[in-house]
Amino acid sequence: MRIGVPRELAPAERRVAVAPDTVPRLIKLGFEVAVEAGAGQSAGFSDEAYALAGATVVDRDTAWACEVVAHIEPPGVRPDGTHEVDGLAAGAVLVSLLDPARNGELLQRIADRGASAISLERIPRITRAQKMDVLSSMANIAGYRAVIEAAQHFGSFFTGQMTAAGKAPPARVLVIGAGVAGLAAIGAARSLGAEVRAFDVRAACQEQVESMGAKFLKVNLDESGEGGGGYAKTMSPEFIAAEMALFLEQAKQVDVIITTALIPGKRAPELITAEHVAAMKPGSVVVDLAAATGGNCALTRPGEVATVHGVHIIGYLDLTSRMSTVASRFFGQNIAHLLDDMGGGSKLAINLEDEVLHQSAVVHAGQLRWPIAPFPNAAPLPAPKPQPAAKVEHGHKPAPTGPSVASRVGGLVGAVLLALLGVFAPGEFLQHLTVFILACFVGWQLIWSVSPALHTPLMSVTNAISGIIVLGGMLTAGSGEFDAAAILGAIAILFASINIVGGFLVTQRMLRMFHR
Amino acid sequence: MFPDGLPESLLTACYLAAGILFILSLGGLSSQETARRGNVFGIVGMALAIGVTTLHPAIQSPWLMLVAVLVGGSIGAVMAKRVVMTAMPELVALLHSFVGLAAVLVGIASFLHPHGDLASTAALVVHDTEVWLGVAIGAITFTGSVVAWGKLRGSLSGKPMLLPGRHAMNLAGLLIIVGSGVGLTLVHAQIIPAPAEAGVALLLLISVVAGLMGLHLVLAIGGADMPVVVSLLNSYSGWAAAAAGFMLSNDLLIVTGALVGSSGAILSHIMCKAMNRSIWNVVFGGFGTGESKGPATAVEGPQGEVNPIETDELVALIDDARSIVIVPGYGMAVARAQHPVERFTSLLRARGKTVRYAIHPVAGRLPGHMNVLLAEAGVPYDIVLEMDEINEDFPETDLVLVIGANDIVNPSAQTDPNSPIAGMPVLEAWKAGTVVVLKRGMGSGYAGVENPLFVLDNTRMLFGDARDRMEKLVSGLGASAAA
Repeated sequence: MRIGVPRELAPAERRVAVAPDTVPRLIKLGFEVAVEAGAGQSAGFSDEAYALAGATVVDRDTAWACEVVAHIEPPGVRPDGTHEVDGLAAGAVLVSLLDPARNGELLQRIADRGASAISLERIPRITRAQKMDVLSSMANIAGYRAVIEAAQHFGSFFTGQMTAAGKAPPARVLVIGAGVAGLAAIGAARSLGAEVRAFDVRAACQEQVESMGAKFLKVNLDESGEGGGGYAKTMSPEFIAAEMALFLEQAKQVDVIITTALIPGKRAPELITAEHVAAMKPGSVVVDLAAATGGNCALTRPGEVATVHGVHIIGYLDLTSRMSTVASRFFGQNIAHLLDDMGGGSKLAINLEDEVLHQSAVVHAGQLRWPIAPFPNAAPLPAPKPQPAAKVEHGHKPAPTGPSVASRVGGLVGAVLLALLGVFAPGEFLQHLTVFILACFVGWQLIWSVSPALHTPLMSVTNAISGIIVLGGMLTAGSGEFDAAAILGAIAILFASINIVGGFLVTQRMLRMFHR
Repeated sequence: MFPDGLPESLLTACYLAAGILFILSLGGLSSQETARRGNVFGIVGMALAIGVTTLHPAIQSPWLMLVAVLVGGSIGAVMAKRVVMTAMPELVALLHSFVGLAAVLVGIASFLHPHGDLASTAALVVHDTEVWLGVAIGAITFTGSVVAWGKLRGSLSGKPMLLPGRHAMNLAGLLIIVGSGVGLTLVHAQIIPAPAEAGVALLLLISVVAGLMGLHLVLAIGGADMPVVVSLLNSYSGWAAAAAGFMLSNDLLIVTGALVGSSGAILSHIMCKAMNRSIWNVVFGGFGTGESKGPATAVEGPQGEVNPIETDELVALIDDARSIVIVPGYGMAVARAQHPVERFTSLLRARGKTVRYAIHPVAGRLPGHMNVLLAEAGVPYDIVLEMDEINEDFPETDLVLVIGANDIVNPSAQTDPNSPIAGMPVLEAWKAGTVVVLKRGMGSGYAGVENPLFVLDNTRMLFGDARDRMEKLVSGLGASAAA
């Protein structure tokens, strides 16, 4: 089975769906890889690199005519008036971002070809599908790049400096939306030395934000923004008012704002108003990762850098293309995982019983499946966290203020027993008992100091010294008479000697092995 | 020099010296530097004790015992020489059984041939009580250790054998032992008139019943609890020796028995704490029988699928990692993979990577088992760390390689309050950048608990025999260094 990797149509798209380092993996899965000449050029991959990795370099139409076609952007009309998907073979599978909600006509065109199409952005955000989730892998790259672009336009250091020529405080960065892109941005900004704070309507993000080393901002209103599928939902007006006040306060303090708030299938929420921008210091930077769906900032101009009151508002749409080498690699790996899951080169099939394909196969063998009915048992919203009260109940009792009843009774019983022994037991026994009890205390103190790494030698050496029971055998066997007791004693000596010699020797052997 | 044997006072002085040497011997184990000297102290103490006992006034003819010592000693020497380090748990269990057996024999012999003056009834009662207690503890130790030995060798199934009404059976056994013991004392002191043979018969009955109890108790304990059982039997063997000391009025036996007994008790305590269980739960509970726990929450159970990795990909991962932690488990011991693991370690260390080992207290089948195996392979002990020393370093670790371990890296111990291992301290491997788990298959660990670690996003599974895989990894690393 052949996978075609055509060159992307849009000039701004510098990625390629499969990078050379994914080619051997696809070959191992049973595919042949056919790459359109020049497909990887803008991502830094030459045709020779593909050939070296085991792919064949072919012309455009051959790449589109393969059984599987891997693509990034939704296909479109070429300058010569032909449509890209018209090159698809009947029964072929197109794997691409398709934006099915807006591209009904494109889907119909694919269906008319008798082909199938898997829309990569439709792959559900479930644990199993994470390895195929291009949105996550691209968001990670975009979040990182957003920080780099911000640094590019910011006229000062990200990290604080104190030099003979003066000092510069560390940049203050606010990240709004702590999804994959937001967390990647936090990580990148932190590693450049900035002081980072982050905001998200989903309270569950707090831990993740803090684990990345940023401060988590909160509004004083209790409302969960968990909206299912890893996205946030639209919030109530009261919440939004509180949120706006918080952003205004923050806008006065920070140097960089990176916004990553998306609501699936809707326009991105407007979070940074013109008023907020006006409150920012001149020279500050806003990077709007939602520019493609309307922008989180009111002043964003998609694809451009707008400068208002000296504040740079970056609305680039091609942040991942600006890192086309790594983005292509990750994209290709996601596709390889997907194809692997679909059965690989020999058994490739679109199994609609599988939740991943049920959600993402928008065209199946010429049949339009859009809009797709929800999967029967799609992951529900997580239930509210149970109160941890249950744990307290059977957990720790309040610490007693004095000795417990049990220990008092125990002490009393011990005292009575000792008194009884003192009255009735022979003196010799009490002497032995004294020795015994003291030895127990010595042993208890002694063994706690043994290094846990030496617990096995400890056991074997105690094996050896408990062979001291040999004395008991000797005292009974050596009476000079040859009776039952003597024979039992001799057998006891025999076994105890095994212990003594065996125990000490094996301890010696083990201890000799320990070295620094 | 001493035609009538050593004077009593000199003998006692020598026993005191031997006792001190034993204490120093155990004290030496507090660090690797002093441990070997400690062992020598133990040997000297033992030689002194045996040497002066041959000159004991009660001993008329040393020949029989010399033969027994020689035969037993040679068997012991051969065993110590032949045993492979992975089989240490078996050897330890077997040696425990010998102490138990010797205690039973000494007890019976001492009953037949009492020492010292038992003229007064009180002295007789005390002596007889010492005898039957010692015999009972010895018999439990003996049969229990034999079963533990069989389980550790694999000749007996590691699964707990849970008979119906087992608690009642244990209780009945205990009542028979105590009843017979009291009866025996009364017969012997002629409070109840009966022929002398009745006493011996009762003592034999005690040995048999106690032996059956030992069998039954250890058969009911699962494979994962063996570290506790072996420690516990270690403790029993000490108490058996101490009991023998009481019946023979020998302080050295008492002191040594007490030392060994408390040593085993502490080890059992440490092991139980490491599994977050009480000693009663281990001995009488039967693990995984779900007596008191609710069902594990289904939602928290592993969903999603494992992400396998091949050795060549792992080599690339290792090349990128700066700090690596290896978590060995029983699987490494079974596959005898410690030597390739050591070569792997030294290769990586030669490349300037930080490689450390994280040892869970109950990894393996014996306290400290993993340390001995790694030491055998030549891993320097200062990179082998305890759980508490390394747990907080996992977030800064790039790669964790789990070799044949399961329950000790199971995050559900912390996240799922209904899990059978809830609350057990575990190695927090999942906090590292990437976790690679080397396992034979997807089977669950000895606790029979699913491990959500295997399906985490940052976990990759490397399936196969630990030794085979580690050897491949070592040669793969060699090739990547050459390239």
